[in-house]
Amino acid sequence: MNTLTVNGVRHTLDLDPSTPLLYALRNQLELNGAKFGCGLGQCGACTVLLDDQPVFGCLTPMAACEGRSVRTIEGLGNAEHPGPMQASFIKHQAAQCGYCIAGMVMRAQALLEQNPQPNQAQIRAHMEPNLCRCGTHMRIIAAISEVALSRQVKPRSKP
Amino acid sequence: MKRTTWIWAGGALAAGCVAAAAWMLQPSIAAVAPPSPAEFEPAAIARGARVVAQGDCMVCHTAKGGEPYAGGLALRTPFGTIYTTNITPDAATGIGGWSLAAFTRALRHGVARDGHLLYPAFPYIHYTRMSTADIGDAYAYLMTRAPVAARAPDNELIFPLGFRPLLAGWNLLYLRPGPESDDAAQSVEWNRGRYLVDGAGHCASCHSTLDPIGGERSPAFSGGNIDGWDAPALTALLHAPKPWTREQLALYLRHGWSPDHGAAAGPMSPVAHSLSQAPAEDAEAMATYLMSLQAPAAPAATPAPPAGPQTAQVMQGQTLFNGACASCHGAAAPMMAAGGRPPLSLSGAVAGASPDNLIQTMLNGIPWTHPQPSTFMPAFAASLNDAQIASIAAYLRADAGRRPAWTGLEKRVADLRKENQP
Repeated sequence: MNTLTVNGVRHTLDLDPSTPLLYALRNQLELNGAKFGCGLGQCGACTVLLDDQPVFGCLTPMAACEGRSVRTIEGLGNAEHPGPMQASFIKHQAAQCGYCIAGMVMRAQALLEQNPQPNQAQIRAHMEPNLCRCGTHMRIIAAISEVALSRQVKPRSKP
Repeated sequence: MKRTTWIWAGGALAAGCVAAAAWMLQPSIAAVAPPSPAEFEPAAIARGARVVAQGDCMVCHTAKGGEPYAGGLALRTPFGTIYTTNITPDAATGIGGWSLAAFTRALRHGVARDGHLLYPAFPYIHYTRMSTADIGDAYAYLMTRAPVAARAPDNELIFPLGFRPLLAGWNLLYLRPGPESDDAAQSVEWNRGRYLVDGAGHCASCHSTLDPIGGERSPAFSGGNIDGWDAPALTALLHAPKPWTREQLALYLRHGWSPDHGAAAGPMSPVAHSLSQAPAEDAEAMATYLMSLQAPAAPAATPAPPAGPQTAQVMQGQTLFNGACASCHGAAAPMMAAGGRPPLSLSGAVAGASPDNLIQTMLNGIPWTHPQPSTFMPAFAASLNDAQIASIAAYLRADAGRRPAWTGLEKRVADLRKENQP
């Protein structure tokens, strides 16, 4: 049995400890925001936060999550009450097909929690691991920049 | 570093300082107006591009995300942090005011235009071997780059090393100025290779152990450590799981990758990228020379021992490997089936005496650093903790490596993680 804490809720699952976190989130917990893209840690569609750091859910085994805290896009808000980052992505219409967006939002969220006022170069460098095949990067960066200016994402104190 | 080492270092420096008093003050060479690009022959500039690639000048003289050659990269040494200088032809902050004579003196003797002594982090003890023609061509190339106004931050060195005249003593010990004459008993290619390896390439700067005051120990190429990465001995290339050949080494030096050994990572990645900008014959000559330095191969390999004992750490490592690594590195992974990717059993990082390169590759991955196609691996520093990285290293050492277990792995992961902090 494995225990997994996601968005503050503790779950007990019966999975092979090698199972990628992404599969547990999508198949067992039905948190379908994070997407399976490449399965190789090269596209970022599966990005979630593990102890507040962005990680590739497809390459993070359940065995690595024991005793640690996972956050997914479902933890930031929902369609009725989106979180600041989600609201800004909607306002800037940063999604085209939307497949990469949950990963983009989570990586951006991690940046602003660590560095509430990043400059453009820092935003670009931080977002580099996440790819968007539709090419909405300029809107994604605009959405992140606006949240940074509004200071709506509160920095998290270092553990 | 141990206290006695520092005392020793201080004593040696003081002694050297007295001995070298006469050397300590070097004259300034008058500033010139920055030469116009039209003053240089296009052919000299093109040859200079090759020399500058051989010398990896851009690797150190470019800050992360900064303008090429504008300096500002922090070099962390046991003696403190040195910031590389701006070598663009900007008159105020770069080398725009440097004549060819001043540039040549810097490369041959480690003296800046205004007469101050340069720190040996700048490998002038190797660049001094470069030919006058190559130095002139490198000058032509650098002086025709776009000038960038950028002043490097002040160095942060331990007392009393901020006092540069002390370097005269160091130079007495380690600087043998001027080119070496060819060895007539060796081939033209061997001599060319030695010239590139010992001169512009300055391979020994990383691949030799350093003594307490930062001098390269003799014999050269016995292996060193740089930025928390192992620079393997270049004299034991026949001891790899598959012994290196000249052809494989030449390929690796220009492509950062060998199908029988693995990918260049850490500080070697930019070296290979730089050499890829020079013609193949340069890497081939370097490989010819380096292969002539090899200690005899180990006696015929005994049959691989069975995998090591299944300790709890090794079993945990296997579980994590299957979830985190096997989608690329597993025997059945599409990436392995595509061919040309060495199994981890051939990797120098798994077979090495120290676990550092395996740990560092897991922590940092192999990032994209330039637009050309290159090896890539994602970083695992955020997803795996120290014990988890350590257990994967233990598993790979036992299973793929079939080598004696490393000890103290978890602490080593913690130490390297700390060392990687900016």
